[in-house]
Amino acid sequence: MTLVLTTIVSGLCVGSLLLLIALGLGLTFGQMGVINNAHGEFIMIGAYTAYLVQRALGDPGSSLLLSLPVAFVTAGLLGVVLEVTLLRRMHRRPLDTLLVTFGVSLVLQQLARDLFGAPSVNVTAPAWLSGDPFVIAGADVPRTWVFLFALSIGCVLGLRIVLGVTPLGRRIRATVQNRDLAETSGISTAATDRMTFFIGSGLAGVAGVGVTLLGAISPTLGTSYIVNAFLVVVAGGIGQLWGSVVAAFGLGILESFIGFSIGQSTAQALVFLVVVVFLQFRPQGLIALRTRSIA
Amino acid sequence: MRLEVERLSTGYGRVPVVRDVGFTIEPGRLTAILGHNGAGKTTLLRAIVGVLPAREGSIRFSGTEVSRLRPHLRVRRGLAYVPQGQQAFGQLTAAENLRLVADYYGAAGRRRVADALDLFPALRELLARPAGLLSGGQRQQLAIARALVTDPELLVLDEPTEGIQPSVVTEIQEAIATLTRARELSVLLVEQHVGFAVAAADEFLVLTSGRLSHRGPGGPGAAAEAHRVLAL
Repeated sequence: MTLVLTTIVSGLCVGSLLLLIALGLGLTFGQMGVINNAHGEFIMIGAYTAYLVQRALGDPGSSLLLSLPVAFVTAGLLGVVLEVTLLRRMHRRPLDTLLVTFGVSLVLQQLARDLFGAPSVNVTAPAWLSGDPFVIAGADVPRTWVFLFALSIGCVLGLRIVLGVTPLGRRIRATVQNRDLAETSGISTAATDRMTFFIGSGLAGVAGVGVTLLGAISPTLGTSYIVNAFLVVVAGGIGQLWGSVVAAFGLGILESFIGFSIGQSTAQALVFLVVVVFLQFRPQGLIALRTRSIA
Repeated sequence: MRLEVERLSTGYGRVPVVRDVGFTIEPGRLTAILGHNGAGKTTLLRAIVGVLPAREGSIRFSGTEVSRLRPHLRVRRGLAYVPQGQQAFGQLTAAENLRLVADYYGAAGRRRVADALDLFPALRELLARPAGLLSGGQRQQLAIARALVTDPELLVLDEPTEGIQPSVVTEIQEAIATLTRARELSVLLVEQHVGFAVAAADEFLVLTSGRLSHRGPGGPGAAAEAHRVLAL
C-alpha cells in the first residue's frame, strides 16, 4: 500500500512538471497552430536562469524564490523574440513550424554549451526543501515533490484567473476561437499572440526552475520532457486547461506505475502506446467543446 | 465620415471575385448591396473591412487610405463589421463577447454596452450564457451589439437576417432603421430580403459577377425596380 502511494505521489510530481510545460505548448498551438519544438529549450533556459541567480545570490532559499519570476520573464521574452522573428509568418503551418523550431532548439542547445560548457551543472536545493520527507499515510514524500506540485497548481490557478477574468484572457480566448472575428471586433491578434507566447514560454521557464530540484542541468535538458508534454496537450484536448491538468497527472501516474513495475524505458514506450490507443477512440482529447455556433 | 471605394479588385488565391468596383457612402446614409449568390457581395465587404487584402484599387475612410491597415485598426477608425452567419465567440459568455470589445474603451465602452443592450433588451437576460448556446437570432443581436460597442461611424452588415426566425428578423430590421435615423450611423448592408433592404436604403447597388452593374435610389417605392434589375 505504501509503495502504491509513493508511486502515485511520484507520478503527481512528474505530472506537475509536464503540466507546466504542456500549458504553454497548448496555449501556443491552440491559438496560432504553431508546434514549438524549441519549447523544451525554454525549460533549459529557465533551469540555467536558476543556476545563474543562485551563483549571483549564493543563498539557495532566496535564489530559488527569485528564480521563479526571473525565469518566467527571461523565457517569456525569448519566446516573444522567437514569435516575432520567425513564427508569426507561419501561423497554421504546423509542419513548417515543427521543422523551423527544431532548428532553433539545436541552436539554443549549442548556445548553452558555448556559454555554460557541455558538462552538467547543479543547483543546490534550499534547506527547507532538502530536509526530512513528509510522511503521508506511511509513505515518504520528498519536500521537493510537494513544492513542485504546489508550484504547478499555483500556475494553473494563476493561468485560470488570467484567462478567465482579465481583458488579456478574453482576448486570448477570442483569438483562439476565431481569429478573423477577433480582428474585426477591434482586437490586435498580433499583440495577443505575443502575450500568449510570453506566458506560454514563461511557464516553461518556471518548469525549468522546478527541474533543477530533481537533477543536474545540461544543454539537452528540455528534450527529455518535450515529447511527453506534447502527449499531454493532445490527450487533454487542444487548448483545454482542465483537460491538460487531468492528462498531465494521469500520464505522470501511469508512467510512474509502469516505471516502478517494469522499467523506465519500457514505461515511456507503453505510455506512448496508451495515448495512441486512447486517441483512436477519442481523437478530440479528454475535453471537447460544446457549442451551437460555428465560432 | 465618408467611405470611398475606387476601382477595387479582390479575390481568393488566383481567382478574382470582385473586379473594378467603385462607390461612395456619404455620412448618415444606408447603402444596400444586392446580387445573386456568388456575385461577390460578401467578398467585397471582407475586402472593405480588411479580412481579405485588396489586390487593386483604394479604400478611403474619412479621407484616409485604409486598404493596407489591419482589420482591428480599421475598427478603431470607426469601421465596424457584422459578418455573415451570426458569428459570436461561442465559448465566451454573451457578456464577455461585449466586454471583450468594451475593454479597449474604458468607461465609454461600458456605457456603450448599456446602450447596445437598450437596443436589444432580450440580451440582458442572456448575458451569463455562453454565446455558443444562444439561438441564431440571439447571436445575431449579440453580433450587432458587439459592433456597436466600438462606436462605429460606418456599420458593415453582411446578411444580418439570414436564417433567423421572422419575429427576430423584424427586431433586427427595426434596430437597423433606428441606428440610421437616430444615431446618424452610416450602414453598408448586404441583404437577401430585397424589399426591406431597398426600402430602408438611401441607395442600392447591384453586383453581377463581381462587377457593379446597377445603382439606383432607395426608398419604399424602389423595391419594384430592384426586383426588376435582379431578374434581368
